[in-house]
Amino acid sequence: MSEQVEFRNVSFRYQEDAPRVLKDVDFSIDRGEWVAIIGHNGSGKSTIAKLMNGLLFAESGEVRVSGEVIGEENVWDVRKQVGMVFQNPDNQFVGTTVRDDVAFGMENRGIPREDMLRKVPESLKAVQMEAYEEHEPHRLSGGQKQRVAIAGVLAVAPDYMILDEATAMLDPKGRQEILETVRNVQQESDLTLITITHDLNEIVAADRVIVMNEGEVWFEGTPREVFSHKEALSRIGLDVPFVAKLTEELRSQGVHVKEEPLNHEEMVEELWNLRSKM
Amino acid sequence: MNNSMIIGQYVPGHSLIHRLDPRTKILIIFFFVITVFFANSVWSYAILTAFAIGTALATRVPLSFVAKGLKPVWFLIIFTFLLHLFVSRQGDILFTVLGFPFYEESLIQGATLSLRFFLLILFTSLLTLTTSPIEITDAIESLLHPLKRIKFPVHELALMMSISLRFIPTLMQEAEKISKAQASRGVDFRTGSIKDRMSAIIPLLIPLFVSAFKRAEELAMAMEARGYQGGEGRTKIRELVFYKKDYSAFLFFLLVIAATIGTRM
Ligand SMILES: Nc1ncnc2c1ncn2[C@@H]1O[C@H](COP(=O)(O)OP(=O)(O)O)[C@@H](O)[C@H]1O
Ligand SMILES: [Mg+2]
Repeated sequence: MSEQVEFRNVSFRYQEDAPRVLKDVDFSIDRGEWVAIIGHNGSGKSTIAKLMNGLLFAESGEVRVSGEVIGEENVWDVRKQVGMVFQNPDNQFVGTTVRDDVAFGMENRGIPREDMLRKVPESLKAVQMEAYEEHEPHRLSGGQKQRVAIAGVLAVAPDYMILDEATAMLDPKGRQEILETVRNVQQESDLTLITITHDLNEIVAADRVIVMNEGEVWFEGTPREVFSHKEALSRIGLDVPFVAKLTEELRSQGVHVKEEPLNHEEMVEELWNLRSKM
Repeated sequence: MNNSMIIGQYVPGHSLIHRLDPRTKILIIFFFVITVFFANSVWSYAILTAFAIGTALATRVPLSFVAKGLKPVWFLIIFTFLLHLFVSRQGDILFTVLGFPFYEESLIQGATLSLRFFLLILFTSLLTLTTSPIEITDAIESLLHPLKRIKFPVHELALMMSISLRFIPTLMQEAEKISKAQASRGVDFRTGSIKDRMSAIIPLLIPLFVSAFKRAEELAMAMEARGYQGGEGRTKIRELVFYKKDYSAFLFFLLVIAATIGTRM
């Protein structure tokens, strides 16, 4: 079976009398795929993430991970398969040193000490943090802490990794570090990757994008398809990146831009093509 | 930010005392404290004093740091001595100064009590000077392990201690940030009456508490997401091992105890 994560008509609310935060959410994610979930603040993205590893349970509908419906009885098995990185770099750093933190998930799984001592440097290497094993968290930047968090997930070799706005609290440099790390990890492993963001710039490298709005799946498609809905995107509270705005602007001036350029390089390429045709 | 404040008194180093297993240090200190109360002769005190000072020197921690650890109790040590000297009246009058009599027995008692005090504080402070807080936490967890049988939450206690150690620097950074933010809005923490200063602290404490609670909640969720289900079936990456030097230390200490007991009156 290639469908690995499935949401079937999932609805959820935090309290009995509160409005629904998710309404009939329905999508599936394939093995090895990189899916970006994007939406404005409060659109239900984190709720989706928490439903995926049993931190919350669906009110109606089904959430399946590797074919099994998540429930109270298999939640710890699911958590072994689904690694998660949260938004705040400080509030997920458990260990007093980098090594202790990377080992935390392995310790919870009862992995023998010798294996941990081998795995910790390996995982740190995958996020280019091998030189920091002895460091305490308060001597690390936000981006470095988030990379340690990713290493902690990699160390337990899950099938899925969810990054819930893992870059949102970082400066541009830290953000770049994390995006690169994620791209490397995705290329070098067969992890199914789910990155959650409210920044359209961060969906570019994903295979597929799910756009959330007010607790509903508003759109599903490739990054390029998403970018072709600029006006609608800004209507649901997402900041359209500069390149997409420029495309729009050029078109309105009668310049025929064929494809949706995703980044500066593609835009420059497109403009060269246009010029050579003129 | 002041680093020494965060990690307490710990002075990193590579001396033999630094490298001993933290459990060795705690156990030796525990029995040292008991032994001190058995000393009652000049020789037994001399042996214990030599042992304590010798150990302090062996840590190679600068004496100024050792003295800093003793600072808060100097007063008590001297006060104990003076109290005995002036208040209690036992034994023969040794000499009289300006009509005030000094008693022999009081002098001896005052001196021994102060010495005991000094030895206890000096020796116990060597633990925190040469052992990082997280090592002490590990040692406590390991030493209290037998109490698990009577359902004492040993693992939880150790986890609480290590998470506190982890978050103290974070919260201090945050407190500093908030106090700067408040100061830039004109809040004055330094001058004014006590009451004014107390009320200036409130806008510092409230945001700090709010954020600490939020952190706690998020941390608990992150721990759960990473598979934490309590101490049952957990392994540990930090390991404590008794080496030959630990056994040697115990043996040497046994000799000190034997010598102390042997020279009692
Ligand atoms: N613990 C909670 N209790 C009650 N309401 C919550 C809680 N967490 C989130 N919500 C509400 O659920 C909605 C969706 O939140 P969330 O999934 O965190 O959105 P996002 O991650 O997209 O910003 C928001 O309206 C938010 O206020
Ligand atoms: Mg969120």
